[in-house]
Amino acid sequence: MFDHVDAVNLARAQFAFTVSFHFIFPAFSIGLASYLAVLEGLWLSTGKQRFLDIYRFWLKIFAVAFAMGVVSGIVMSYQFGTNWAVFSDKTGPVIGPLMAYEVLTAFFLEAGFLGVMLFGMKKVGKRLHFAATCAVAVGTFISAFWILSANSWMHTPTGYAVNAQGQFVVAGSWLKVIFNPSFPYRLVHTVIAAYLTTSLVVGATGAWHLLKDPADRNARTIFSMAMWMAALVAPIQIAAGDAQGLNTLEHQPAKVLAMEGDYDASPDGAPLILFGLPSNEEGRVRYKVEIPHAGSLILKHDPNAPLQGLKDFPRDEWAPVWIVFWSFRIMVALGFAIFGLGLWSLVARMRGKLYDWRWLHRAALVMGPAGFVAVIAGWVTTESGRQPWTVYGLLRTQESVSPLAAPAVASSLLAFVVVYFAVFGFGTWYILKLIAKGVEVGESELGDAPIRAAGITPAGQKL
Amino acid sequence: MSVSFDLATIWAFIIAFAVFAYVVLDGFDLGIGILFPSFAVGEERDQAMNAIAPVWDGNETWLVLGGGGLMAAFPLAYAIVMPALYPPIIAMLLGLVFRGVGFEFRWRDPRHRAFWDFGFTAGSVVAALAQGITLGALLQGIKVTGRGYGGGWLDWLTPFSLLTGGSVVAAYALLGSCWLIAKTEGEAQRRAYRLARGFGVATIAAIVAVSAATPFLTHDYYTRWLTMPGILLTAPIPLLVGVLSLLFWRALGSEAEYKPFLLVLALFGLCFVGLGISMYPFIVPNEVTIWAAAAPASAQLFMLIGAGIMIPIILAYSGWSYWVFRGKAGATGYH
Repeated sequence: MFDHVDAVNLARAQFAFTVSFHFIFPAFSIGLASYLAVLEGLWLSTGKQRFLDIYRFWLKIFAVAFAMGVVSGIVMSYQFGTNWAVFSDKTGPVIGPLMAYEVLTAFFLEAGFLGVMLFGMKKVGKRLHFAATCAVAVGTFISAFWILSANSWMHTPTGYAVNAQGQFVVAGSWLKVIFNPSFPYRLVHTVIAAYLTTSLVVGATGAWHLLKDPADRNARTIFSMAMWMAALVAPIQIAAGDAQGLNTLEHQPAKVLAMEGDYDASPDGAPLILFGLPSNEEGRVRYKVEIPHAGSLILKHDPNAPLQGLKDFPRDEWAPVWIVFWSFRIMVALGFAIFGLGLWSLVARMRGKLYDWRWLHRAALVMGPAGFVAVIAGWVTTESGRQPWTVYGLLRTQESVSPLAAPAVASSLLAFVVVYFAVFGFGTWYILKLIAKGVEVGESELGDAPIRAAGITPAGQKL
Repeated sequence: MSVSFDLATIWAFIIAFAVFAYVVLDGFDLGIGILFPSFAVGEERDQAMNAIAPVWDGNETWLVLGGGGLMAAFPLAYAIVMPALYPPIIAMLLGLVFRGVGFEFRWRDPRHRAFWDFGFTAGSVVAALAQGITLGALLQGIKVTGRGYGGGWLDWLTPFSLLTGGSVVAAYALLGSCWLIAKTEGEAQRRAYRLARGFGVATIAAIVAVSAATPFLTHDYYTRWLTMPGILLTAPIPLLVGVLSLLFWRALGSEAEYKPFLLVLALFGLCFVGLGISMYPFIVPNEVTIWAAAAPASAQLFMLIGAGIMIPIILAYSGWSYWVFRGKAGATGYH
């Protein structure tokens, strides 16, 4: 029995580790693919070399990030079977088709046109090349659509029945499965998060080069575009996050109570706990700092509205509150910091100081990785908040796991940790090197002399 | 043995098609990875890499369709087979990590290029070996208890699975060398001809060895292959393998550029048909048929609509991509 529990936790650790690592790359490449499409579109419509130079700069970075996303993604598509066999058997008939549609409509599209995007400009011409870039960008979005639909179904399962073999099967329309209640909210919140993550990386890149040379015209364009994105989208994201929170309260109230740290019911209105140390053992938040009634104001839009507590739910249905509580606060804090950066950039723009307000550039530089941290924190919040279930309220994590011996899972987990840190560590370093190197200004017209001539200028190999 | 075209059978063919597409397409990518150390550092390696760089990602996606499709169309089989083959599957995934990043990282970091080239080769060898072992372990049978895997975590490791593992490595290397014959010129091409001869012999020997061993794994395979009336159906297959091998040898001798690759494709096709004869209608030999493993008709039908529309489109734009990058790859990129 103890052995079994051990294997479950090892499998959970492995899934959490591999999916967190994987998520970093699409969070970046979804936004970057759209940004590349915009840049190439601007180049085609204005004919300005600058946009092409910036496009090629980000394309090299995209290629590295995309490769890491692909190889870490294949791991995910097999890990359901290797480590979560019972889950796969039971939910395969419902969420399996959604993932199959992801492969058919998104993965092939991205992979098929990536080759043309990276290597094909001279072969197919500008227009078709632009179409390839757009195909890749659209592919990243379609991919997000299907996988978030499957993921959302695990949180808010609808449109299903259970057959004689204990499998979930569709009952009636597939639309009920695909557009399950949390899906639209999750899709909007996650895709915007990806755009913000990209805009912060792009903004930090512009800021870095502006700090070195405020007259750098490409850095100015990069920085300005990124700050527009952050300023316009961060407020939308806060509204989208609020909407998803209300949706979660409706369908997964215990998760919201874990996020809030509300162990006890609040019949006269719940406080907003800002900080504290939640303890499931003691059933309370120690050392808490709270604002009375603010919790109900946010969640119910009424300061005196009653709110349940975790103690209204069976003890064995509580999520690990301290994880959910803190990851949620990290995400929210970063969200507001990004909002603040966007506002600051608007002020700077109005005062005509966008390109020479060094403190703004320093702030944007520091905020470069903030999107990744916020995305992972948000993901941890929603997925840890789903515990102890894989399919919320229906299938327990304990009962979802493969019949594997603990040493087998421990070995694979160790191998993933070593390989991922080594390989993706190098990959991240290469991206940072490319970013530090900056945009290469029109060194050669597109498709002229061999760009990779010496073999030691790999930066120019593509296109 | 009769084949009825119900949903489960159609899906078995779709998954088999995805797996075959993966094996031949990523087969030559992995093969070039396996052969990479035999090319001279510099122009020869760059040519070999350029021969697959624009298409490898699309090729690999068929593996995701095979895995994802299996989960969706035959969830029970997916749930039994994956845990049974845990170590080789994990090894394959990690091998594919090193293989996949090799394409980008070797250009980003000339100082460590030797390291990433080594990772490219090691990853390709491990992935190919693990895929071959997976095939052998599936053929030799998997212990099933209830709706799950009922064996230990090293059951897959037998002399037979190691034989199939080695066979797949040799066969991928053969595919890779034939692809390079078509895509390279000069010294690199001459080397590819030499490699194709060596791995041609190795692959044919491997086909003979695996074919000879398979009927003796379980009584069922023996009946299917070597007794009447099955033998009437199966006898032409070894004969055709012999004919193709001879044609392949002559194609190499006459220095044909595309013929060797196409003939090896046909050889792979025959092996796949042989595999189908051994397996059908089981998806886990002697334990689970495709009908027992099938997802409910609602799921299979819903996906069939998508597959029916999307697979022809995928084949069209993938084919277009191959057409764009047709001809010799060259060492200096695509200019």
